[in-house]
Amino acid sequence: MDNQINLSKDMFRPVPHEDRNPEKIRRPSIKYWSDVWRRLRQNKLSMVGLTIILLMILMSIIGPLINGYSYFEQDYSKINLHPNAIHWFGTDELGRDQFTRIWFGARYSLIIGILAATIDFIIGILYGGLSGIATRKVDNIMMRIAEVIYSIPYLLIVILLSVVFSSEGSGTSLFVLILAMTLTDWVPMAILVRGQVLQLKESEYSLAAESLGATKPWILRKHIIPNTLGPILVNITLTIPRAIFAEATLSFLGLGLQAPKSSLGSLANDGLAGLAVGNGYQIIIPAIFISLIMFGFNVLGDGLRDALDPRLRK
Amino acid sequence: MKKYLFKRIIMSAITLWAIITITFFLMHSIPGNPFRKEGKMPQVVYENLQKKYGLDKPLPEQYIIYLKNLLKGDFGDSMKSKVETVNDMIRRGFPVSAYLGLEALFIALIFGPALGALAALYQNKFPDYISMIIAIIGISVPSFIMGTILIQFVAKNVSWIPIGGWGEFKHTFLPAVALSLMPLAYMARLMRSSMLEILGQDYIKTAKSKGLSKSIVILKHAIRNAVLPIISVLGTLISNLLVGSFVIEKIFGIPGLGKFFVQSINNRDYTLIMGTTIFYAIILIVLLLLVDIAYIFIDPRIRLTKEGR
Repeated sequence: MDNQINLSKDMFRPVPHEDRNPEKIRRPSIKYWSDVWRRLRQNKLSMVGLTIILLMILMSIIGPLINGYSYFEQDYSKINLHPNAIHWFGTDELGRDQFTRIWFGARYSLIIGILAATIDFIIGILYGGLSGIATRKVDNIMMRIAEVIYSIPYLLIVILLSVVFSSEGSGTSLFVLILAMTLTDWVPMAILVRGQVLQLKESEYSLAAESLGATKPWILRKHIIPNTLGPILVNITLTIPRAIFAEATLSFLGLGLQAPKSSLGSLANDGLAGLAVGNGYQIIIPAIFISLIMFGFNVLGDGLRDALDPRLRK
Repeated sequence: MKKYLFKRIIMSAITLWAIITITFFLMHSIPGNPFRKEGKMPQVVYENLQKKYGLDKPLPEQYIIYLKNLLKGDFGDSMKSKVETVNDMIRRGFPVSAYLGLEALFIALIFGPALGALAALYQNKFPDYISMIIAIIGISVPSFIMGTILIQFVAKNVSWIPIGGWGEFKHTFLPAVALSLMPLAYMARLMRSSMLEILGQDYIKTAKSKGLSKSIVILKHAIRNAVLPIISVLGTLISNLLVGSFVIEKIFGIPGLGKFFVQSINNRDYTLIMGTTIFYAIILIVLLLLVDIAYIFIDPRIRLTKEGR
């Protein structure tokens, strides 16, 4: 009897109401985006791509300031110098420092790519979203119009607009370049958004949410936007290299930015002349950087697509 | 299916008309006058030139005339070349470009799907890595850079490959390779993913368990189905080839339509720009239409679903 434990009443307290809830998820849930990020991180190629992009962005900001030359400063005593300790990437035929010009050019190429993708994104979301929630008839007409616009060959219209809006020999302004690039290129985004909206509008989980009493804005915020965001993000990452490529091609045809401004494409175009006289570095270096940017965005886009694809989830 | 075809053709016609209209009004909205620049020109000469190109008439009338001429296949006179009309230039340049484009397409069609199929069959093994490296290079390196690299490293070292020019088969080799790399890479990637998907399908298992040999399963069951997505993007790839040819022709000095186009841009030869743009658009839209029609015939599933509509 001595062994008996003395259990007094005040050693007990009622279980709080919350703790009795068996439905409660006790572990922190992995959020959608952290899951995507976790899977993206496992894709080595994409991480290389992401690193390249981040480095390029960083260098395009600080690169032109590093070695103290400006992109327009000409020095006729040092023309066509091969890469050396003072001019790391050499100089061009006007004695301008290529290192500074490359990063300055990368800045413009990236600005063009990112701005074009942003504008595509805005127009695409508005047009696609409207088309998705409109009546069938309006939707049909809107999509037919989009199809017609999209069958206009992309680079052809870009070239045409650059010809029209730039006077002879003066190059094209940044505004016109971006306008030309977004004129037809928003369509895939719009079609994508519309498809997603239509699909989600009829999906069972949004019906389920609605029947559980969820309000329309809540469904939009919690279901539709997160679910649409993935494919849109992939599309953006793949639009950027397309715009950069288009700009490079345009510059290469002599329709790029006005000198002394430069983009990677116009630097390559300028370097083409140097190729014949043994100054191959003038085209090879910008070429490498264009390719690196294209590579970075393309593999990042691919990796994102895989990471967002629920079928590939392990 | 007839209804679908009809709809498709109507859409193509509308697109073409839209392109022609946009091109026409864009070219005519350029401020200034194409003849004012040429120094001091006597008033009479100026007026005659205006009359020759129909620029003295009001714009809507010019538009109607231009459309009528286009229907007759007449692209008008060049503003800069005194001897050749736009039609002459297209006739001279297009066969060259078409030859180059077809050769590039041929290279891409042979090697692209083959590389992709190999990569899928040997997933995560050596052939997969090799073909993916080629695909990544093809997608990241723009064709004009590829062209210059090929000139720098191949043409300068291999004696029988010329740096540029046109006339013999050896001249077409490097430009066609440079041009084909992007579509090749694209096809290889597409083929790889569609092949991987199909290799996991149940009917492949069925075919294997029936005791069919590996090669028959791959050739008759897997590749035949995996190649379908490639056909559907063929139109886009052809359009890429066409545009890529502007740049490639410039680098290699090939007298194709792309060269005339680039030249017309640099000379501001408005009628030639308009003519070549519209000609390119016609070619592209017809090709896209043909690819779509071919696709219906190749994939019976589409035929069935489209019939219902």
